[in-house]
Amino acid sequence: MEAIRKHSFSDMGIMLGRSMRHIFRSMDTIITVTITPIAMMLLFVYVFGGAIQTGMDNYVNYLLPGILLIAIASGIAYTAYRLFMDMQSGIFERFHSMPIAHSAALWGHVLTSLVSNAISVVVIILVALVMGFRSAAPIVSWLAVAGILALFTLALTWLAVIAGLSAKSVDGAGAFSYPLIFLPFISSAFVPTESMPPVVRAFADNQPVTSIVEAIRSLLASEPVGNDIWIALAWCVGISIVAYFFAMRVYKRKTA
Amino acid sequence: MHDIAIHVTGLKKSFKTTTVLKGVDLTVRRGEIFALLGANGAGKTTLVKILSTLAKQDSGSAKVHGFDVLDEPERVRQSISLTGQFAAVDEILTGRENLVMIAKLRHLADSRRIVDDLLQRFDLTDAADRRVSTYSGGMRRRLDIAMSLVGKPNIIFLDEPTTGLDPEGRLEVWKMVKELSSTGTTVFLTTQYLEEAEQLADRIAILHEGTIITNGTLAELKKLFPPAKVEYVEKQPTLEDIFLAIIGKKEEK
Ligand SMILES: Nc1ncnc2c1ncn2[C@@H]1O[C@H](COP(=O)(O)OP(=O)(O)OP(=O)(O)O)[C@@H](O)[C@H]1O
Ligand SMILES: [Mg+2]
Repeated sequence: MEAIRKHSFSDMGIMLGRSMRHIFRSMDTIITVTITPIAMMLLFVYVFGGAIQTGMDNYVNYLLPGILLIAIASGIAYTAYRLFMDMQSGIFERFHSMPIAHSAALWGHVLTSLVSNAISVVVIILVALVMGFRSAAPIVSWLAVAGILALFTLALTWLAVIAGLSAKSVDGAGAFSYPLIFLPFISSAFVPTESMPPVVRAFADNQPVTSIVEAIRSLLASEPVGNDIWIALAWCVGISIVAYFFAMRVYKRKTA
Repeated sequence: MHDIAIHVTGLKKSFKTTTVLKGVDLTVRRGEIFALLGANGAGKTTLVKILSTLAKQDSGSAKVHGFDVLDEPERVRQSISLTGQFAAVDEILTGRENLVMIAKLRHLADSRRIVDDLLQRFDLTDAADRRVSTYSGGMRRRLDIAMSLVGKPNIIFLDEPTTGLDPEGRLEVWKMVKELSSTGTTVFLTTQYLEEAEQLADRIAILHEGTIITNGTLAELKKLFPPAKVEYVEKQPTLEDIFLAIIGKKEEK
């Protein structure tokens, strides 16, 4: 048993290697996850952007944080999908009947989710640079942005784990991500919330995406972040903890 | 007691509405091939899952390689290997990558050689670097079983290893099981085919309506049936004989 504990990190690494191979061998995953947000970015910048008043002269700068969140929200649908497929195919049963840490198989998917979303975030930022995104933020601010995005990914990943483990069909596994992809639209991601009717605005101002978007935007613009960063962190950590708790319960129940 | 590989007493298991196992007792000796026969839904998979620590019984006890499945599941897992009813292979990886992954998870020192050996033995060398999604059903099953042999487990569970295979594929699996057994591995296999049990097993148990209704060697089981009568009938070749005769020449490839 000591042996199992000693090896659990390398086991997790093997699992990570396995699902990263899955990602690189099904390029459509990467394309779907990055192309849609990039198309959205093009649409908003070159079609709607001229008519949107944000108080920031560079609309790409304004838009980018929300686009990144949309990319992550659609990326984790694939985490749910991959997990669902593993449960279906019986490969999880093989892993669970082997002398390896029970959670290694699950953590492999969680790490894969973090790594693959990080890749799509980087790709989208590169495209944004071409489209005119500029930031003079110091490295610490970039690190803070990376940290927030990683926490956001982690929070949604645990939600994806719940969905992937409890889904009855492939479509069901990914369906939970639609409302998440939609959330940025009812936030300050595309337009300032001041322009919205009171009820919508109240929702927009108080949902997680707005504080996360605002915190990232301020960090990248080297402006004071104020409370937004703490609210953003509280949301991400809170959702992570609650979703982790439920995900582990489902995992225990499903794998006996 | 050292010659006992699996010892099950009074095992019960129900799901919400159905009672599947109603008190199963059986003993498997070390090194033997044990066949569990049962119709669809008899509970074969349920029993295999309990023995391989994937599910927990409601009551009764099960010892595998001397370890209780509930008290020491880790030690049980160190002693066994499972080939489930449905091929548990990674479709997106190649055959070789699948085997290497298992060898690494078992922390074997000489994984390259072990993997090459298994590929050779299971006639998968040519297909080793192709993705498993391009494999035929028989190749997939062979890979599946090969993955279970990585690390030389003491006891191997094969849940309906030949269901869905053509006669040729079935013969290959039979040959493999016999080889395995000759190296001292205990084989616990389930099947729906009496003939398969007859061909392979040292001992046969029949699971029916939640209990083991008979359990013994083939010779012992035969005594339970009425004695054979001598009749003169023309023996027509079965479809299987014909099929095997036609593809017989292919066998030597
Ligand atoms: N997780 C489960 N929840 C509810 N019922 C289950 C579950 N697993 C199995 N059963 C039921 O238990 C019974 C025995 O199933 P099991 O899969 O063990 O049979 P089997 O002998 O392996 O059948 P087959 O030859 O079709 O593989 C079936 O009636 C099945 O519907
Ligand atoms: Mg079965």
